[in-house]
Amino acid sequence: MSISEEQVRHVALLARLGLSDEQIASVGVELNDILVQIDRIQSLDLAGVEPTTHAAEVVNVTRPDVVRPCLLREEALRNAPEQQDGAFLIPKFGG
Amino acid sequence: MTADLSLLTAREIRDGIEARDFTATEMVEASLSRVSTVEGDVHAFNQITPGLAFAAAARIDAMADAGEPLPPLAGVPTAFKDNMNLRGTNTTCSSRILQDYESVYDCTAVRRMLAAGVLPVGKCNMDEFAFGSSTENSAFGPTHNPWDLDRVPGGSSGGSAAAVSAGMAVLSLGSDTGGSIRQPGALTGTVAMKPTYGRVSRFGIVAFASSLDQIGPFSKTVDECGLALNAICGKDMLDATSVDLPDEDFTSGMREGVQGLRIGVVRDLLELEGCDPRVRDAVRATVEGLEHMGALVGEVDLPSCQYGMPAYYIIGPAEASSNLARFDGIRYGHRVPDAEDVMDLYLRSRAEGFGPESIRRIMLGTYALSAGYYDAYYGQAQKVRTLIIRDFERAFADYDVLVTPTTPTTAFKLGEKAADPVSMYLSDVFTIPVNLAGIPAVSVPCASIDGLPVGIQLMGAHFNESTLLRVGYAIESMSDFDPVPPLVKTGV
Repeated sequence: MSISEEQVRHVALLARLGLSDEQIASVGVELNDILVQIDRIQSLDLAGVEPTTHAAEVVNVTRPDVVRPCLLREEALRNAPEQQDGAFLIPKFGG
Repeated sequence: MTADLSLLTAREIRDGIEARDFTATEMVEASLSRVSTVEGDVHAFNQITPGLAFAAAARIDAMADAGEPLPPLAGVPTAFKDNMNLRGTNTTCSSRILQDYESVYDCTAVRRMLAAGVLPVGKCNMDEFAFGSSTENSAFGPTHNPWDLDRVPGGSSGGSAAAVSAGMAVLSLGSDTGGSIRQPGALTGTVAMKPTYGRVSRFGIVAFASSLDQIGPFSKTVDECGLALNAICGKDMLDATSVDLPDEDFTSGMREGVQGLRIGVVRDLLELEGCDPRVRDAVRATVEGLEHMGALVGEVDLPSCQYGMPAYYIIGPAEASSNLARFDGIRYGHRVPDAEDVMDLYLRSRAEGFGPESIRRIMLGTYALSAGYYDAYYGQAQKVRTLIIRDFERAFADYDVLVTPTTPTTAFKLGEKAADPVSMYLSDVFTIPVNLAGIPAVSVPCASIDGLPVGIQLMGAHFNESTLLRVGYAIESMSDFDPVPPLVKTGV
């Protein structure tokens, strides 16, 4: 499979990356180089093979439902690019 | 005279402080002294933390003064990869997007090392977000290999490897998603372990691929690798995938020898095209040495592992594209100052903040997970993962330890592979299957070629780290490899 420039633009939008036309072109070439390698697994007949999501066999890990200390608000806001009244400040939605 | 950290082991440091031969404070001074002579050339660190190190040293020295028993890694100068949170430091992942990010909590593995008495000397350079095999993808400039400053130290934990190799730290922690501990370990002549998935809590490390990431140590000797594992392993309520097993002293069985151990050379991987024949010969010679010591040596094939690289370059980027969605310029990290709206803020903050390899991986992962391609790429890669696990299960029915080179070549030159992502990816061909299967593996230096270290990779069944250290110790005892690079010797 190879990826077209239009697809690269679509994927960049999905990934929320505002790439320049130049970047779109170069990333497209690089992705196609990588996809050539990846295509080696496309031709394998894997019908009936179960997928593995995780190499560790742990299920439904729970902890006692008790109140514990957690990150303080001021700590959570320490790295905020902009903040106001104890909250993260963002520009308007939509537009 | 300042002590030479490249000649002291973690045990000698702890015992020396307890015996009052020297102080923990002097260990920080020794580290800083080495930093002042070699760090300008090596660039292993993003941040040096003398304040934290001296404060930790003062606590250890007070304990020694009071005659209290010292913890197992007391006074050992230790460096941490810059994707591990530690309060009082920035955690940058060598990325512009996190350049000014201040840690607001501690990574569990780092906290456990500190509880074992180590002195935190700094945060280490890395490939941005651990994407790479040379540390050239750092936004803050590459790390140089202490064995040859024109060559890469490997990556992505190249700074952690170089810090130990150059004697600026005695121990360090790195993280390994597809080889990012073992590959730089091999290229810098250090002992470098990726523990079993679940052995070490991942809490507080900036996630790359959550089903593959694991934290592990770098050291000069196998014994110190075991000591570091003793400190960092164990169940953590803050990481649901961490495994609850009884405490184990990983160094206790280390000297038992290899008599009767079944060691399988992975024939089809060893014969892979692109592996330097001299590396292959060094690994074969090491295995012969183990056979002379009583190991039962045979050969085994892992036929599905040839598909490890393509599967990894789906699964790794897919998980990374999801994990890195959090860097959106809202709660932390780089934000463009003049965004028109939220979408504009996302698009430009992320495009400005991420470097080229991060953009490549996010794009690849987003594509692989996108509608219409998910089954063909991600689904198929997850099935290949199952085949690789089965390969290992079959092999471990017959063998206790499997062997390959850690890397196909010795350290390559800076810039040599930087322009060709696919050739860079191939330097992890031997290490990737281990992460996909979740098993433990360690790289141990076994030889040198033209003055550059060669690592042998020892792989074991889940939670069988102690057997790997037993074999590693045997290799170390018979090898004449000197882990101190000439740069450091002439620098003293």
